[in-house]
Amino acid sequence: MTTLTLAKSLNAGLRRALADDEKVVLIGEDIGTLGGVFRVTDGLKAEFGPTRVVDSPLSEAGIVGTAVGLAYRGFRPVIEIQFDGFIYPAFDQIVAQVAKLHYRSRGTVRMPITIRVPFGGGIGAAEHHSESPEAYFAHTAGLRVIACSNPADAFIMIRQAIASDDPVLFFEPKRRYHVKGEVDEQASLADARPMGVATVVTPGDDVTLVAYGALVQTARDAAIAAEEDGVSIEVIDLRSLAPVDYATIEASVRRTGRLVITHEAGQQGGVGAELAASITERCFEFLEAAPVRVTGHDIPYPPAKLERHHLPDLDRILDGVDRALGRPNSLSGVEA
Amino acid sequence: MNPSDRDATGLLTRPDEFVQLVTPTGERRADADFDPWVSDIDTAALGRLYRDMVIVRRLDTEATALQRQGELGLWPPLAGQEAAQIGSARAMRDDDFAFTSYREHGVAWCRGVGPAELLTVWRGTAASGWNPFERGIAVPQIIIGAQSLHATGWAMGAAWEGSDAAAIAYFGDGATSEGDVNEALVFAASFNAPVVFFCQNNQWAISEPVGLQSKQPLARRADGFGMPGIRVDGNDVLAVLAATRIALDRARRGEGPTFIEAVTYRIGPHTTADDPTRYRTEVELAEWRERDPLTRVLALLEASGVDSAGLEREVAVEADRAAAELRSACIAIADPEPLSVFDHVYAEPNSHLERQRAHYVRYLATFEETDAAPAGDAGTGTEGGAR
Repeated sequence: MTTLTLAKSLNAGLRRALADDEKVVLIGEDIGTLGGVFRVTDGLKAEFGPTRVVDSPLSEAGIVGTAVGLAYRGFRPVIEIQFDGFIYPAFDQIVAQVAKLHYRSRGTVRMPITIRVPFGGGIGAAEHHSESPEAYFAHTAGLRVIACSNPADAFIMIRQAIASDDPVLFFEPKRRYHVKGEVDEQASLADARPMGVATVVTPGDDVTLVAYGALVQTARDAAIAAEEDGVSIEVIDLRSLAPVDYATIEASVRRTGRLVITHEAGQQGGVGAELAASITERCFEFLEAAPVRVTGHDIPYPPAKLERHHLPDLDRILDGVDRALGRPNSLSGVEA
Repeated sequence: MNPSDRDATGLLTRPDEFVQLVTPTGERRADADFDPWVSDIDTAALGRLYRDMVIVRRLDTEATALQRQGELGLWPPLAGQEAAQIGSARAMRDDDFAFTSYREHGVAWCRGVGPAELLTVWRGTAASGWNPFERGIAVPQIIIGAQSLHATGWAMGAAWEGSDAAAIAYFGDGATSEGDVNEALVFAASFNAPVVFFCQNNQWAISEPVGLQSKQPLARRADGFGMPGIRVDGNDVLAVLAATRIALDRARRGEGPTFIEAVTYRIGPHTTADDPTRYRTEVELAEWRERDPLTRVLALLEASGVDSAGLEREVAVEADRAAAELRSACIAIADPEPLSVFDHVYAEPNSHLERQRAHYVRYLATFEETDAAPAGDAGTGTEGGAR
């Protein structure tokens, strides 16, 4: 076991993937000489050379579109979109090309492309640097969407994403890049928890609380705080946003009878909406209350001095837990 | 036109309107730069290029008829662009790779795409008809210009692997306004990718004239990206062949990308759903018909002593045979199985889609005899994400 930050564990995972398969190439803006603006690719260009770790022109559609051509040629491109808000210029290449080429080619052309996206807020960043665009991609057939939340998972999940023959949107919680954790650098993919499986990170009995990315830690903190209040929260790290591991969530909800979902992205059409609907369909008779969503507001990401009013924090999550439990809460007495 | 200084920039763009080796009336024009690249094209080889063009025009006519008869949902006719497509595609090697839009039936023909393979998309029975790796041509692209980036990425990979294979990106004049094409030009120039950007300027992006896309000849855009631009008569199969050979040779020698503008004309509608009489004049159409890519080759062959009337008859019979084959192949394309809608969305198992598929299997089963066993265990919700 080694203690690594999430950023360094991703670096270690990328290094392993580059070493294991010469068809793996990293492409992105500033990822080579600089090592990425978050240093996730630090040192990799020096180690593997400029045709394995490629500094690209400032061109998001170009990065994704050329990755499509490289995949046609048999490569496994791992591309970095520098910030969440910069992914939109590449939207067509991702949803109309990367996502569909396996289908369009009737299975003959594979798109084993990993699209790394540092996502989410809470770092006081400028406009376009704190967004949560994951639902756009979870909505798109042909893509897998995953989000890591801790260094140990990050090390394995980035390698799983690269090894996958399907395109993977890999969301990295940028405000947790510098959080440290134990990482087993000898861990093999064969023994690892599959990429599409959620994790129960905090067992509990009264409420199921589902989070992913940066909010997993906030959810765990909420569970600890609730414990003092006599409420037992089961925290699930969703990990895979598409497809969702409903078996794990269902098993939990059948015991707790209550579901709270939290994410930084806005509520409307978000991952939480999908989870609430699906869990209601699947285990309506086990639910003691309607599923509750604790999310960002349906607003453009606000200026840095306001982001604490947008992002779900421990108290907002606990308020959502109170709603699920029918305890006094901010909406008490208000019609739904 | 005020082309860039060739000596200063290395550009191949020349002060004449475009490079032309065969005039519309079939006279051979000498060209010191281009002639060496087609010195192997004797009358027999020219006859084969003529044959290709006649056949793809005949296939195009037949496919248009099939659409009118309700056998195809849609068809984008290539008529008028035979020389641009045949001349460029016949310059390719087997291990090169073409990334096309939706109108490059002539390129598909040169890459060995069969009749049924060509029509499945337009008949609506599958998202694509051929295996790209067997044919050296990607699945057709509807999104304007998107494939230019794919060609560039493929070419970057080929170069990194030490191969001397090259990619060709086919797109139209309208596509040059798209971001993707411009980003592809940046990537290709920056990485010295062995890719040829082959722009068929057919004058019209559906109803919009090329003047709305560009205020200068499209080939001149290449200068700004740092690559040679060649403007060639796109209705002259010999000039197109020479230009594409020049560009592919540059690519193979590691000298990077080239932009070719083939000046041509779409004689028919954008697609069978389009009505070009709303935006084009009969006069314009008549002018371009006089620059037909096929008749000039036949005239040149005649002048070279070939029995052109005999060749014309012979090739027409062959083209009719190909058209009949296309028709019977089209009608024989079976409707796909309902559950195939779920095939190939993912390369790996996907729990979400498997559940949806299983549900639909059960739903379809409700239309069968009532004592049929339920198909699959779809409704219990016990499957895990790892499946």
